[in-house]
Amino acid sequence: MEEIKLMKGNEAIAHAAIRCGTDGYFGYPITPQSEVMETLMDEAPWNTTGMVVLQAESEVAAINMVYGGAACGKKVMTSSSSPGMSLKQEGVSYIAGAELPCLLVNVMRGGPGLGTIQPSQADYFQTVKGGGHGDYRLITLAPSTVQEMADFVDLGFELAFRYNNPAMILADGIVGQMMEKVVLPPFKPRRTNDEVRKQCPWGTMGKTDDRERNIITSLALEADVMEATNNRLQAKYRIIEEKEVLFEEQNCEDADYVFVAFGSAARLCGNAMDALREQGFKVGLLRPITLWPFPTKRIAELAQKAKGFMSVELSAGQMVEDVRLAVNGKVPVTFHGRMGGNIPSAEEIIEKFKENFNLK
Amino acid sequence: MKKEIIIAGFGGQGVLSMGKILAYSGLLEGKEVTWMPAYGPEQRGGTANVTVQISDKKISSPILKFYDIAIVLNQPSMDKFEERVKPGGILIYDSNGMTRKPTRKDISVYCIDATDKAIEMGAQKTFNMIVVGGLLKADPMVKTENVMLALKKSLPERHHKLLPANEEAMKVGMEIIKKEN
Amino acid sequence: MTKQDILKPENLVYQKTKLLTKNVMHYCPGCSHGVIHKLIAEVIDEMGIQNETIGVAPVGCAVFAYNYIDIDWQQAAHGRAPAVATAIKRLLPEKYVFTYQGDGDLAAIGTAETIHACNRGDNIAIFFINNGIYGMTGGQMAPTTLEGMKTVTTPSGRNHEMNGYPLKISDMLALIDGTCYVTRQSVDKLPAVMKAKKAIRKAFENCQLKKGTSVVEFVSTCNTGWGMSPHKANLWMQENMTARYPLGDIKNI
Repeated sequence: MEEIKLMKGNEAIAHAAIRCGTDGYFGYPITPQSEVMETLMDEAPWNTTGMVVLQAESEVAAINMVYGGAACGKKVMTSSSSPGMSLKQEGVSYIAGAELPCLLVNVMRGGPGLGTIQPSQADYFQTVKGGGHGDYRLITLAPSTVQEMADFVDLGFELAFRYNNPAMILADGIVGQMMEKVVLPPFKPRRTNDEVRKQCPWGTMGKTDDRERNIITSLALEADVMEATNNRLQAKYRIIEEKEVLFEEQNCEDADYVFVAFGSAARLCGNAMDALREQGFKVGLLRPITLWPFPTKRIAELAQKAKGFMSVELSAGQMVEDVRLAVNGKVPVTFHGRMGGNIPSAEEIIEKFKENFNLK
Repeated sequence: MKKEIIIAGFGGQGVLSMGKILAYSGLLEGKEVTWMPAYGPEQRGGTANVTVQISDKKISSPILKFYDIAIVLNQPSMDKFEERVKPGGILIYDSNGMTRKPTRKDISVYCIDATDKAIEMGAQKTFNMIVVGGLLKADPMVKTENVMLALKKSLPERHHKLLPANEEAMKVGMEIIKKEN
Repeated sequence: MTKQDILKPENLVYQKTKLLTKNVMHYCPGCSHGVIHKLIAEVIDEMGIQNETIGVAPVGCAVFAYNYIDIDWQQAAHGRAPAVATAIKRLLPEKYVFTYQGDGDLAAIGTAETIHACNRGDNIAIFFINNGIYGMTGGQMAPTTLEGMKTVTTPSGRNHEMNGYPLKISDMLALIDGTCYVTRQSVDKLPAVMKAKKAIRKAFENCQLKKGTSVVEFVSTCNTGWGMSPHKANLWMQENMTARYPLGDIKNI
């Protein structure tokens, strides 16, 4: 059995990256995610697995290095925190447009602007609704434990390569900075260049005599060609929405009221739910694990019998819009959130819950 | 068993590593653990704190408002966390640099003069292990041998020669902690 | 003598390199890009590294470079080609990797990526086409636009008080420890073309010598953007551009 380790979420990302056969990491320091690159540099995987780790001159350069590596069919990733993720958005849009697989990690902090280094979930819109320009989607995984930080590296790459689409681990300062028990994923060797060529025949690893040259681009000046590209992307997104939704439920079967929360906010709600159950309120918790694709269907099902939903977020209320779309007016959808790096306590969530639903 | 602990003090006092040793000890005993620092530049000279939870069951929120045990190592930390100890809980403080004593009567209050003792012993780096010793005297939540094992596992091998001094510091902490209330 | 008598291999005096595709180039007649494309394709062919070379196309007129040279290509975001090339070279160190960038791409929006790829000494070749203007977007001022030169964003001519000075970025790049070869060439006359081809070859060869980054600047023309005939553009370039951007090796280690 694998040894149980105690480490930070950011460190778990780095160790998992080495273990799941990542070919390259390109990053730029920013709090609260700097431990990802620091851990990688300390582990020096170029001596063991051959993984490339490079500190770029900026987030902009880092994401374009990811583009270059991904376009070769290599397993490449970057990590950052909110202001850095904003800088990367142009590159993310290119990567999505060129249909390249890669893994992005955002350990969110409070904004807007330079904001605060304290935790936040206010990049939900940026991640699942847009970010960069154009109609594209990011497969978005929201870890709530250090174990999930480790596990979602491999899962993120799996999904990215299955759909030739960027995948994002959307974490926050809490999950990045806290230490918990973690069992690291087993070692997978990096793919050989021949294996990469086989898995990614579109990759620019150098032409071979048996194929035409490969061109990785997101450019199509003709409207009809560009629309066809978009239609292909949209068809792919519908398949992902159909097949790849992940969520976790606690006490939802008999719930009158359902908390909807992701990442660390879901853990805050866990304490509130337990206390409310003790007080006799039938409260459940639905934690979306994929933020896109969103568990719309499941929320709609729960809305058939629940009396109300409450979205709890470390933001002014972003995911709550998707909860409202899913509930579609059947029952009230309320919200509580804190901003600027503040964290609502379980006590505060309980108070707001009672206030929101007029309960005593 | 579930222990919800806050350790707070100045950056540089070893607050975070103290928390890590506790969490690691809990892990070695098969418990669920979380270690959540208030992170950022305040780690360097300002106030630092870390929330540690050790539990038989899965831990939900890594961040808490109220604690079973608060270890406060400077005045701002006492001012912030004394009121957030649950009734019947434990407050441990180091009187060095404190301008007032704790006032709560519904909790157990312990004083540990770890700063002075560490200077006296000429081993200031073992300060935090004196405090850990005091904590385990007040609440033996983990076994001392597991604390030592945790320390050994979290220290790089080149520092293993410091282990005996740390073990000694832990014992001293158990001896010098005084219950005040 | 019939046409068939002439069309014999032994009579061949010139042939388009097989690495240039059959696509009709979108470049304006008289533009330097076509010549430089041909030279790069010839060097790759002559070195026998068609399957070992990956090109990175910029944003600008040369965005479609991938349509013309028969190798694997990536098209980079504006200015980011050196970062893209860095990753390719690091992940596939045995390959030949080059960027092909204009002056706006390399010396304005991509300055940081250019400088830092050079500073890391990444073993890539950077081909830099300097025609002192933004061609694709319709003739705006570039960082390398000469003082007094009229563009659609400097209709009264570039004035350093408002727009700063024409940037001699290759000279800057030569100062960086990570570059091994920085040279300025042109393709306006046959001897210049021959020299430029040698520079391209050297830059490619350096990619496998682990000596650092090679930069080949081509002082070029944009007869459309400059509002001149191709011939006049060449003369204007010889008289004005090379005064600010003198030809020859700046650094060769």
